[in-house]
Amino acid sequence: MPTKIEKDSVTGTETTGHEWDGIKELNTPLPKWWIYTFYVTIAASLVYYVLYPSIPLVSSYTKGLLGYDQREDVARSIEVAQAQQAPMVSRIRTATLEQIRADGALNAFAMTGGRIAFNNNCAGCHQAGGAGAKGYPNLADDDWLWGGAPDAISGTIRHGVRSADPDTRQNPMPRFGLDGMLKRSEIEDAADYVLSLSGAKHNEAAAKRGEPIYAEQCVACHGEKGIGNPELGAPRLNDPIWLYGGDRASVIESISNSRAGMMPAWAGRLDDATIKMLTLYVHGLGGGQ
Amino acid sequence: MDAGPLSTPLYADRVRVYPRRVRGPYRQIKWALLGICLAVYYLLPWLRWDRGPNAPGQALLIDMEAGRAYFFMIEIWPQEVYLLTGLLVLGAVTLFLVTSILGRVWCGYACPQTVWTDLFMAVERLIEGDRNARMKRDQGPTTLLTVGLKTAKHGVWLLIAAATGGAWVLYFNDAPTVTREIFTGQSTLSVYFFIGLFTATTYLLAGWAREQVCTYMCPWPRFQAAMQDEHSLAVTYRAWRGEERGKHKQGDSWEGRGDCVDCRACVAVCPTGIDIRDGQQLECINCGLCIDACNEVMRKVDRPLNLIAFATLSGETARAQGKEAPYRLIRPRTIIYALVLLIASAAMLAALLLRPATELHVLKDRMPIFVMLSDGDVRNGYTLKILNKMRGENALRLTLEGLPGATIAVAGTTGTAAALDLEAKPDAVATFQIHVRAERGVLHGKETPIVFRLKDGGGNEVAKRETVFAGPGQ
Repeated sequence: MPTKIEKDSVTGTETTGHEWDGIKELNTPLPKWWIYTFYVTIAASLVYYVLYPSIPLVSSYTKGLLGYDQREDVARSIEVAQAQQAPMVSRIRTATLEQIRADGALNAFAMTGGRIAFNNNCAGCHQAGGAGAKGYPNLADDDWLWGGAPDAISGTIRHGVRSADPDTRQNPMPRFGLDGMLKRSEIEDAADYVLSLSGAKHNEAAAKRGEPIYAEQCVACHGEKGIGNPELGAPRLNDPIWLYGGDRASVIESISNSRAGMMPAWAGRLDDATIKMLTLYVHGLGGGQ
Repeated sequence: MDAGPLSTPLYADRVRVYPRRVRGPYRQIKWALLGICLAVYYLLPWLRWDRGPNAPGQALLIDMEAGRAYFFMIEIWPQEVYLLTGLLVLGAVTLFLVTSILGRVWCGYACPQTVWTDLFMAVERLIEGDRNARMKRDQGPTTLLTVGLKTAKHGVWLLIAAATGGAWVLYFNDAPTVTREIFTGQSTLSVYFFIGLFTATTYLLAGWAREQVCTYMCPWPRFQAAMQDEHSLAVTYRAWRGEERGKHKQGDSWEGRGDCVDCRACVAVCPTGIDIRDGQQLECINCGLCIDACNEVMRKVDRPLNLIAFATLSGETARAQGKEAPYRLIRPRTIIYALVLLIASAAMLAALLLRPATELHVLKDRMPIFVMLSDGDVRNGYTLKILNKMRGENALRLTLEGLPGATIAVAGTTGTAAALDLEAKPDAVATFQIHVRAERGVLHGKETPIVFRLKDGGGNEVAKRETVFAGPGQ
């Protein structure tokens, strides 16, 4: 601090007493209104610290006098939203799938709800829009393992496939190669016959040899000429849609080692209304029967 | 040397302006335009226009909630707001053209700030008296009469302001309905808010701020110079005729002196409180009231009229030297503005007349991009949005080109042909989820170009969209 306040001779303003090579620094403090506004903001922040959650502690934080909590805020918002949806949801719970379909507004609500539920729960495997991936069925096409009628779709969602649910869809296909049920050459012949069913590229002679093997080992589930059996979850083999790949090597691998995709049961995890909405959505993706 | 840097304040105090009453042709024009402008503003929303059932019957209505704007026979959807932009462009160019020819007549005669200020000043004169009476009262002691008169004045001002704010909301609502609701207290909060907002701005801007709006707030005076040149008309004091100014007694000779008798009538009537004899100024709004005031005086002293007149800079320069200067209306500037105006109007008109009554938008589903079906066919999904801007049902037929043998169907149904009948509700956007199914053999690679066409009942094509059909390729 300068011992004596010096005034600049040109402007008449006080100097800070700092001087560099004869150049003196004028003391031009911040405007009063600015300073006081700043003090007010400090005071306001202190009030905030007291009223709201603010200071992080080791395993907790100061809760504030108002007891405000963002999680509660969100929970309340969700409750409000659910209360708004409640009339629609309760109608969906009691209506049959056909009744929902027939009601334009209800159907639109169900389709939107179904899409959201699908994206939250199903799209991880089945992909957005039900596009599917290797091992995860495409839900937009007209080929269904366990049936594409609304009831069948609903059943699959509820009980899952090879899940822990007692009513789960279940169909163990034998591991023809791994368990030594067929020789390697027989498996290859059978594979050629299977490829021939959908008109894919195959070895004609091998397919001829494979036909009796198919008739003996496969026809019980996959049906005559590979028409499949949704009752048993046996895939159609006479179309160009392949869950695990339609090339010869993939088919051989399927016969040798079997395939056993899994899907969790959603009954209990999703409520009835949501499962109904999901059913409608999946059915409406384009392949519904 | 002790005087601080701010020995004089940075802000000049406002000098209160007490404009005097004036009579004359320019005042007449100003009254007429004031009447027309106010009549248009207050009455336009009440004009009715029959658009048939299910459509508002108001000639001019901006319906924010429904997203429609109505201008007599024209109806505008939100995406056509460019037409309003175009209207503003036309307004701006027209302003440029008028300014290049007549100077700032917009400011002096038609600007809402001028119109409402003029109206408020008329009310003020009616209640408080003319210039001298008002000045005397404001300088004198505050009496009961002063308080009474001022209260009456502000009361009338607030009434006018409320009517102004009230008329504003009529443009955004059905006028008779909303008027009834306003007075019965049933209107929405936003209606009351906007009435309050425009009441406040009208009262403050026309009652208190007045010429300060033009001088300090409005950007227009700042760049008007770009539109004007030495051939633009402007209210001008003919200094070559008026100087040397001085008092004149009846009978004195006019030899060796100017015509200006320094009566300051031009200053007294000026609504912005300037002295036009100082030359062209930013504050001058070109209203011409000083011309009326000066001519009154010139008649009394029996000198030629128009010592102050609408004149051009080049004309006055020539006259000062005793030469005649023809008035040049056609100049590169006016030609360019007129051309721009013409082109912009033509483009606007074309855009208005050529806009389709039906629009088709196609969004290709991206997930999945395509679906292989059991019989080897390929299916693509599309979301169609059909905008039907007409007031009637629109029975449309959607056809597809580019995929021989393909079928179209609304999602969930089975298609039989490359055509589909669709109903578009009146004045609405209809959304359809459709599936197109084609044999793999007709596809060209991974993306096959296709065209959707919409035809009306008479078989005329009303809209088309090009898009692609995706397949597995090979």
